[in-house]
Amino acid sequence: MSEVTASAALAMSDRPLAENRKRFSARGDSAHWGVLYGVSGLFALICAVFIISIVVSSIPAWRHSGLSLIYGRVWSQGSDSFGALPIIAGTLATTAIALFFAIPIGIGCALAIVHVIPGRLRIILSSLVELLAAVPSVVYGLWGLLVIAPWFEKTVEPDLADITGSRFPFQSPPEGVSLLLAGCVLFVMVLPMIVALSRDAIAIVPHDQFEGALSVGATKWQVLRKVVLPGARTGIVGAITLATARALGETVAVAMVIGLNPLFPPSLFSTASTLASTIALQFQDATPLQVAALGALAVILMALTAVVNWFGRRLVRGTAFRAGVV
Amino acid sequence: MSTTVIEGVPPDPILERRELVQRVARKTLDRRVLVSRAMVGLCGVALLVALVPLFAILYSLVDKGVRWWSVTFFTKVPQFPSLIDPNAIGGISNAIIGSLVIDGIAALFAIPIGVIAGLFLAESDSKFASGLRTTAEIMTGLPSILLGIFAYQMIVIGFNEWGIKLPGIGFAGIAGSFAIGVLMIPVIMKASETALRGVPATIREAGLALGARRGVVARKVVIPTALPGLITAVLLAFSRAVGETAPILWVIGASNIIEWNPRKEMASMPLEIFQSATSPYVSLRDEAWGIALFLVFLVLVLNLGSRLFAAWLQRERR
Repeated sequence: MSEVTASAALAMSDRPLAENRKRFSARGDSAHWGVLYGVSGLFALICAVFIISIVVSSIPAWRHSGLSLIYGRVWSQGSDSFGALPIIAGTLATTAIALFFAIPIGIGCALAIVHVIPGRLRIILSSLVELLAAVPSVVYGLWGLLVIAPWFEKTVEPDLADITGSRFPFQSPPEGVSLLLAGCVLFVMVLPMIVALSRDAIAIVPHDQFEGALSVGATKWQVLRKVVLPGARTGIVGAITLATARALGETVAVAMVIGLNPLFPPSLFSTASTLASTIALQFQDATPLQVAALGALAVILMALTAVVNWFGRRLVRGTAFRAGVV
Repeated sequence: MSTTVIEGVPPDPILERRELVQRVARKTLDRRVLVSRAMVGLCGVALLVALVPLFAILYSLVDKGVRWWSVTFFTKVPQFPSLIDPNAIGGISNAIIGSLVIDGIAALFAIPIGVIAGLFLAESDSKFASGLRTTAEIMTGLPSILLGIFAYQMIVIGFNEWGIKLPGIGFAGIAGSFAIGVLMIPVIMKASETALRGVPATIREAGLALGARRGVVARKVVIPTALPGLITAVLLAFSRAVGETAPILWVIGASNIIEWNPRKEMASMPLEIFQSATSPYVSLRDEAWGIALFLVFLVLVLNLGSRLFAAWLQRERR
């Protein structure tokens, strides 16, 4: 610090007073602000070019198919027929399966971490769950494809078909690589996010309220359900929303386990496709028009995830931002 | 405790109600305790269920991956499996070096931009700053595959279909660096904003009171104080970038030789896992576990290392 003081003092004595006032005023130091604004502007520019480039790259496809890109029912690259409805349906279905499992288990987990597990064990367990978030998505894909898919094909899916009598949506034949498998892999991937964010939301519910409810004779579960969960509601809904955005946009893991079949999946055991996985797998050998059609899928995906994300961020703003999880 | 009942006074409705509540509470106590135990138990079960996939994945990785770790695996380039010896598939040195170069270049431009923009978010309260913060938050949540399309349009083909004649450089490692760097910037930005905001205002004001300019205070006071947080932020962002597959899927091309030049086509570890896992060769599918184990090992070391290092630095300071 002394060096700074000395040089500042020297600088002060050398210059006329007016100039000093300008350079040392609270909002002054134009070089500093110049760098900050310049670099931030560069980032803003990159984001703008990013959005524009994706939207513009999709224009030929919108010209070719119009709005039937969104509601058309046939997606066939061979015949240049681009209707994304089955793909959108697949995206929503996998996300729904993932959330169906992830919401109850994630919230239960968060409650257990904050209010059931004692002291030291709590830190270990919650960082273990967070480790799940650090595993790269391609590794989930590998695990899903080579370990879980065979298990699903031989055991889980035939058993489910037996139990339900092969009624909708559990019709055979079991294929292993399927909508259900993609949903389950996504479940594992979004779980750490729901756990970590809801845990933060649950942990900031004041302990007085918890003890107050206990003192009037409520059981632990009654307190958790009637006091803690309502108190943490905003944060938990935010966690679920962010997890939804993640599930909608997950690419590589889903691409590896869903079988890429751009039809309406008739059963949970049949192959399907999602927006992101279609882009990932069909881009490589696409003609310029097909690239544009995939660009249109990207626009749909971007709009969907951006809206969901924006909404979720507003809800979890109060809690800490976790670079490792979100 | 006994209550005195005064004759002729009507019974107190509050007392009556309290008694009713207590009676109901007593009667339902057993049931409520049972339900409570069951539900709290279920929460614990949920925690166990959540840990099953983690251990299942780690078990598969170690079980199937560790036997691939050998000198050949780390130092040789891949070799196409032949009919005579389908297990002679070489190593992954080209993918390791490819990942190193691609992610290294990405970090080289993403870290300064991310940290400086984070400083801007922490220091400015202008409309532009809050807009930029929202933009960064939304960018972190966007699917990374979109950045793959961006890098393809901008770097690989240089927008040449729009009549803008940027020199597209074709498939190259640098295109992957670009995609991954853009992915890292908002993550670093938000995390370093949090770290920089944690610097007590008194320290910053002390610097300003000594007559130092804002830039000097930021460089010599704020950033050094927030250094542990910044290092965690950068390493976490980097550990996430190392595992990203989608953005580089079709922009870095492919290469079977050791390639240090980022303007040429390159290989990279996540991509190698993706391609091996979906290959028809059993030996390649098996090898994917070896690469995956190494990748997860790297990511976990970076992830845990960053936290431990930051904690250590924090303690040293005291």
